[in-house]
Amino acid sequence: MIIRRIGGWPTWEWRSPYGELERMRKEMDRRSEALTGPLFREPLAGVFPLMNVTEDGDNYYARAELPGIKADELNISLTGNSLTVAGERTIPAENETASYHRREREPGKFSRVVGLPSPVDTSKVEARCVDGVLTVVIPKAEAAKPKQIAVKTS
Amino acid sequence: MAEKEKKELKVKEKAEVSIPAEQTRPGPIFTPAMDIFETDEQITVLSDMPGVKAQDLAIDLRENTLTLSGNVESPEGELEQELLREYRTGNYYRQFTLSDAIDQSKIEATLKDGVLRLRLPKVEAAAPRTIPVKTG
Repeated sequence: MIIRRIGGWPTWEWRSPYGELERMRKEMDRRSEALTGPLFREPLAGVFPLMNVTEDGDNYYARAELPGIKADELNISLTGNSLTVAGERTIPAENETASYHRREREPGKFSRVVGLPSPVDTSKVEARCVDGVLTVVIPKAEAAKPKQIAVKTS
Repeated sequence: MAEKEKKELKVKEKAEVSIPAEQTRPGPIFTPAMDIFETDEQITVLSDMPGVKAQDLAIDLRENTLTLSGNVESPEGELEQELLREYRTGNYYRQFTLSDAIDQSKIEATLKDGVLRLRLPKVEAAAPRTIPVKTG
């Protein structure tokens, strides 16, 4: 194997060609980020539906975009700290004589689990689906809620 | 076994677009997934636009160009802190040309559970008619 080094270039530890590619890729990412601002690269679970989870002092909010899915086609359950959103998206058959120009919407089953970071009160969970956006409001367990601590002066 | 045959839904990230027109609202713009199909009488458009309310959806048809744009307000409250973000919310925009003459007065649009159904009836002249041939 012939390893060539070009004089005058910064040298780095030679590990393997793949390690080098990885380094270059990271460098490219860093540079493009500097140009366009941070890239949207969150770890993707790769499981439908994609979910956003937020919190405030009292609740966790889990949201997912589920257009065209009726409430009775959804199965939401909470076990311990794990929220499961499962269901099936059906696309009703249209007129058989119709000819399609685009067919991008897909039917199918799904099941997704999201772990919540602290204990929750499983008895008061509320879920609603408005305009194709599912929102599950999960109250935090009393022990997990932030407590305001008064500072005494005297 | 029938259960097994059903397909699992795959994750599809929303396709972001950049439109040439100037934007007055900040945030990303996405292309909604669509089904478009045609029968002899009409063209039907089904579009997934989760989070769009009826008053925030604009449908514009001029000179065979159909433009859909929907504004989405972020559903999150101000005090909420982000823990996990897998999808972004933004506006929807899609434009396409229609081949047949559409009867603009009869267009119907309904929005239900985040899915827009747009019914675009063709004008009478464009609907194919069978012409009876008389003998005599």
